[in-house]
Amino acid sequence: MENVIVMEHVQKSFDNKQVLHDINCTVKESEIFGLLGPSGAGKTTIINILTGQLKSNGGDASLFGVSCEKLTHEIHENIGMVLDDSGLYARLSCYDNLAVFAEIFKVPKTKIKDVLEKVKLEDALKKPVSKLSKGMAQRLVIARALLHEPKLLFLDEPTSGLDPSTMLEIHKLIFECREKGTTVFLTTHNMEEATKLCGNVALLNEGVIVEYGEPDALCRKHNTLKTVKILLKNGREVELHGDSSSAKAIGDYFAENSVESIHSSEPNLETVFIKLTGRVLDE
Amino acid sequence: MNRILAVMKKQFKDTLKNKVVLLQFIMFPVIAFVFTEFVAKKSDEIDNFMFVAMFAPIYAGMIPLVNMANIIAEEREKKSLKMLIMSNVKPYEYLIGVGGHVLLLCALGSLVMAMSGGYSGAELFRFVFIMVIGALASLFVGAAIGIFSKNQSSSTAMATPFALVTSFIPMLAIFNENFSSVARILYTQQISFMMADMSATNFTWDRFAIIGANMLVFLGLFIFAYKKVDLKD
Repeated sequence: MENVIVMEHVQKSFDNKQVLHDINCTVKESEIFGLLGPSGAGKTTIINILTGQLKSNGGDASLFGVSCEKLTHEIHENIGMVLDDSGLYARLSCYDNLAVFAEIFKVPKTKIKDVLEKVKLEDALKKPVSKLSKGMAQRLVIARALLHEPKLLFLDEPTSGLDPSTMLEIHKLIFECREKGTTVFLTTHNMEEATKLCGNVALLNEGVIVEYGEPDALCRKHNTLKTVKILLKNGREVELHGDSSSAKAIGDYFAENSVESIHSSEPNLETVFIKLTGRVLDE
Repeated sequence: MNRILAVMKKQFKDTLKNKVVLLQFIMFPVIAFVFTEFVAKKSDEIDNFMFVAMFAPIYAGMIPLVNMANIIAEEREKKSLKMLIMSNVKPYEYLIGVGGHVLLLCALGSLVMAMSGGYSGAELFRFVFIMVIGALASLFVGAAIGIFSKNQSSSTAMATPFALVTSFIPMLAIFNENFSSVARILYTQQISFMMADMSATNFTWDRFAIIGANMLVFLGLFIFAYKKVDLKD
């Protein structure tokens, strides 16, 4: 698989404050990559560098093999973006909002209805953006990003502040994009979302990537306690560690027929992050 | 070219949905028409073109300036301009698209004013031509103000006093000698002089030189703003 995004030793500082330190990561074609970190960790700064909005102070960042500081027209045509600001035209309808970008990217107007159907906004075709709910507006922003069928999609906190059902719909869309071969670069502070969607994640804290890899592998790597939680029929909860004495205790509980449920308790990305940084992700 | 047209079309659609902005473009032509039809044409002492000649410099000096500034500032504030630029629309393409839309609406408004004033043939052409030149000068100032403003409130705060000076000084100069000496160097005053007498002999080189000098200053201001400010910020 071809590398779509490559960042090598990228650094960035504003005034005298360094906000990114030696960022290294690679995102392959058709991969959903998640950049996880609390607010202010540097996630949006990384997106801004990758999309050519900001220049780094050191290191190299490239998209499709082209330096992010010299992105060409062709590269821009292969990028779709959902940024922290919607940038929608509030007085214009959903259709007219997309028509602007259809013309810019030379996409046939017939595609607008298709993409609105895809995000389930076909009934809001003529509705002004000012009358849309937050979830609908976010789906329209995603429709705008997908309109020209980009090869690379940047999603900056795409589900932030949305209700669970809209969030699920957006997750479905992201999976559909990957099925079609689109590479997705996602930033989020929602660890469940990252675990569900991403093939690889980078945990970012104060401008430093503290851990990098597949979500399951990261959780296994940091599963040092290897505990098992047993809920007994009498309501008592027992936590046992992965040693031989625990194995005997578990056998005894089963022999006594007193086990209501049993769970292994690997850490999730959130606990891994807390362990590594001492901070919580949704700070 | 498709990107300029996309911006221009978007702006026309947006203006049609924005009653306040639409009203600004049609207000002066409508007022000029009403005053001409119901006051000037009913009086033997007032020339038919008097109200048109009075409102035309205000229209050229104020409407393009305020609207251009507000459109750019609103797009910067709501980050839609950032999205356009991130979609590979060059800042100059955006400005040509928005400016073209403002200029076209002003030309249409000027045409209505010219017809209300009873101009035809060469006079009508001269009227619209000089209005478009005046609107273009105002457009440069408006664009510079819009680029410098991070939001609509700051653009209004900067554009309104400037527009009041450029558009109302020619009218004040009629009543006050002191104003007239300052007003002479303003493009709107020269437009006003030309409106008062639409014969070809009144369209002198020195009038065009003053308008040209104004335009150069405004163009310089615009270029300074364009180079200094990153429009996607």
